[in-house]
Amino acid sequence: MLNGVILGGIIIVDINIKIGGEAGQGIQTIGSVLSRTFVRDGFYVYGNQFYLSRVRGGHNYFHIRVSDHPIYALDEKIDVLVALDNQTIPEHIEEVKEGFVLADESIVGDNVSENTVSVPFTEISKDVSDKKLFSNTVAVGAVFGLLCYDLSTLKKFLSETFKRKGDEVVEKNIKAAQAGYDYVINGKFEGICNYNLNPQPTKRRILINGNDSVGVGALAAGVQFLSAYPMTPSTGVMTRVAAHADDFNAVVEQAEDEIAAINMAIGASFAGVRAMTTTSGGGFCLMTEGLGLSGITETPVVIFLGQRPGPATGLPTMTEQGDLNFVLHAAQGEFPRCVLAPRTAKDAFNQTRRAFDIADKYQIPVLILSDQHLADGLFTYERFATSDLKINRHLLEDRFVGSDYQRYTITESGISPRAIPGQNGALVVADSDEHNEAGRIDQTTGNRIRMNEKRLRKVDGLTDEMQMPVIHGIDGADISLIGWGSTYGSLAEAVDILNRDEVSINLIHFSDIYPFSHDTVSLLDGLNTTICVENNATGQFARLLRAELGFEVSKKMLRYDGLPFTPQSVIRELKGMGVI
Amino acid sequence: MVTMDDYKDGETEWCPGCGNFNILEAVKRSLVDLGKKPHEVLMVSGIGQSGKLPHYLKCNTFNSLHGRTLPPATGAKVANPVLTVIAVGGDGDSYGEGGNHFIHAIRRNPDITLIAHDNQIYGLTKGQASPTSELGMKTKVQTHGVLHTPFNPLAVAISLDCPFVARGFAGDVDHLSSLLSQAISHKGFSLVDVLQPCVTFNKLNTYKWYHDRVYKMEDDGHDPANRMAAFEKALEWGDRIPTGVFYKRDSEPFESKLDVLKSGPLIAKQYDSAKLDRVFENFS
Ligand SMILES: Cc1ncc(C[n+]2csc(CCOP(=O)(O)OP(=O)(O)O)c2C)c(N)n1
Ligand code: SF4
Repeated sequence: MLNGVILGGIIIVDINIKIGGEAGQGIQTIGSVLSRTFVRDGFYVYGNQFYLSRVRGGHNYFHIRVSDHPIYALDEKIDVLVALDNQTIPEHIEEVKEGFVLADESIVGDNVSENTVSVPFTEISKDVSDKKLFSNTVAVGAVFGLLCYDLSTLKKFLSETFKRKGDEVVEKNIKAAQAGYDYVINGKFEGICNYNLNPQPTKRRILINGNDSVGVGALAAGVQFLSAYPMTPSTGVMTRVAAHADDFNAVVEQAEDEIAAINMAIGASFAGVRAMTTTSGGGFCLMTEGLGLSGITETPVVIFLGQRPGPATGLPTMTEQGDLNFVLHAAQGEFPRCVLAPRTAKDAFNQTRRAFDIADKYQIPVLILSDQHLADGLFTYERFATSDLKINRHLLEDRFVGSDYQRYTITESGISPRAIPGQNGALVVADSDEHNEAGRIDQTTGNRIRMNEKRLRKVDGLTDEMQMPVIHGIDGADISLIGWGSTYGSLAEAVDILNRDEVSINLIHFSDIYPFSHDTVSLLDGLNTTICVENNATGQFARLLRAELGFEVSKKMLRYDGLPFTPQSVIRELKGMGVI
Repeated sequence: MVTMDDYKDGETEWCPGCGNFNILEAVKRSLVDLGKKPHEVLMVSGIGQSGKLPHYLKCNTFNSLHGRTLPPATGAKVANPVLTVIAVGGDGDSYGEGGNHFIHAIRRNPDITLIAHDNQIYGLTKGQASPTSELGMKTKVQTHGVLHTPFNPLAVAISLDCPFVARGFAGDVDHLSSLLSQAISHKGFSLVDVLQPCVTFNKLNTYKWYHDRVYKMEDDGHDPANRMAAFEKALEWGDRIPTGVFYKRDSEPFESKLDVLKSGPLIAKQYDSAKLDRVFENFS
């Protein structure tokens, strides 16, 4: 049996594996070993995890999808379900139509069926090592057995991973994987191969999630100071930057709270380095005054916000695009800001670099608006090109800094030449009160108008730099989905599937959220039926389109159960709406 | 040579007779005594009458938010440890709105001097109680008198093992400027709590009230190396109020512990994108 879609004579590999279990059982390890082995063998993997807010127990799962073509979303059907806890089978069996379930005997219980393969993970592990420690590796081996998939890459991967723990650990892991593999191959399916998956030699690809990509993007942008207070789902960015901070001459400081986090970053930026902070909605609530401080002192700062459903503590480990209105309006007063919402991990890398450039050029706060779905989403890519990356700090050169330097010199672009404290003997005076060109408090009305206008003039230049949405699918379609941020993968795939079925539909997808690029209105005005698709209950992006551009979408498709869209869920909804 | 004139700037907006004038004078004197040039100094302040002090000084200034004096000061110090960073705030700013930062800045221990203008009242917002107001002190808000135990910044700082803890009095500029010079020169976080009469709103803790009570601990032979003695002195308040250095110890500041800063300030490091290749090894 071959698994996948047949497209114009080409067979596209498309295998979905789900590993379910309690927190602490090692689901992530299994998922990561499987995905990385496939990626090394030339496949494209997209993965994501669904977890509850607890360190042990509860039902969590890790979903990976393997293809020989680039993929950016999960499918709803499962080919292999690995059950490590009693909840996995009842909760996910409906999704396993033509696939198989791999589980320990103790878990299979009464759920025996043709498609259930019970593998004594723990017993095999004990045979290999006297301990249950290797049962996860047995499970990985069993998955590969079911797929009749060559173990050589896995073995190499295990040797590399456990090298530091010594030869014995490496050997036992390899043995455990082989034993799991043999158990399946020689048992129920002796002589039968259910899938046909052949490694495809390629250049080394990478498997990277949204948060790591933001972290690497920040390093690529030359971030030297990151202060943050941990909060799911943003913490991964902080961890990634911390992992490489020494190498990149950067300092990562865990602040006492989010207020300190953003204010420290602003202080570091004022003194001359690229600085950022990372948080989620609740933490950003605490940062809002600091956001305004960046606004009025014109100190660049990059704020990464990983959205999760609110209000307050909400659903800590789930996903939502519910904070758009908030980031657009956070902090009192009026000042320019920029909001970027990456679509994919690669976009997250690029947008993060851009965020620092924009922040420096316009001396404003720039927000990177992500969410749990992108934060934890694993994407496969060729390595990002990095050799010729350059950064421009937009700082005054020494020779232009004199003793008469004024931090807030009024200019036509609204951007004042920026020096850093002490540079060439200059003094830099910045103030959170309204101030004059020299940075001194000035409450006169004339000054207020001049300074406010100066700051707001920056929006003109900023707007020129904003990028247009991408158009995915056929041109001039009858129906256009409009989306933003992390929904890209699911929406693009929904469009692909529907285009294949000859439905006239495309996707207009935004990553530059605020301000909009100049030509956005004319693009939108040329569309037919428009459906704004968002992971929130009130259609915040649709409202932004109306408020900023006077554009009214035809319909909205909103999902707010804490889960991301899937291509299938989008298609179902479109059918439900009667538009296709 | 640095002179007082080098630091001269701006018209002040404080009430005549306010203790802040003397604090400003003491700051200038100590910076001149230490030979610091204005461009080598960064003053970070919060919001309050106290927070205006940097505006009357010629040096680098970052006037931040109410209570947020220490976080930006810390960020700036890490980015460029070459700067002499001085944080200025009121008692509301430093111990009320910024209380959490006060505690954690001491724990973090950047080489910053905090000058807390302790007038036991909110000046800029016109006379409400501050965390250090006396029990029973009546204001338009605390109509039944202050009910909360006053915050003891010195005892808190000593209990957190803050490397330099001192109290000055705005009525004694010579002594105060000598304390400030010691604090600025001392490595690590230094606290100088300054008794500052607010002649407009605090009718209780007046110049005379202080003059009748303050004394210099060094005259009593206090040993600032003795933490327990320092703690005892910090609890002394009433007929006699100690000033001077309560406690000091050697410490390694936060930024000195950061390996990446050993080879120079962050602002002087070169950008090198070539290192990214190694980062990608983690993902393949
Ligand atoms: C977040 C915030 N809350 C309140 C205020 C209003 N405010 C300004 S100064 C101040 C207190 C001033 O008292 P203190 O810090 O003791 O300084 P002083 O004026 O006495 O020197 C307050 C409450 C503010 N600016 N910001
Ligand atoms: S209100 Fe008090 S603290 Fe403020 S300037 Fe007047 S006397 Fe000084």
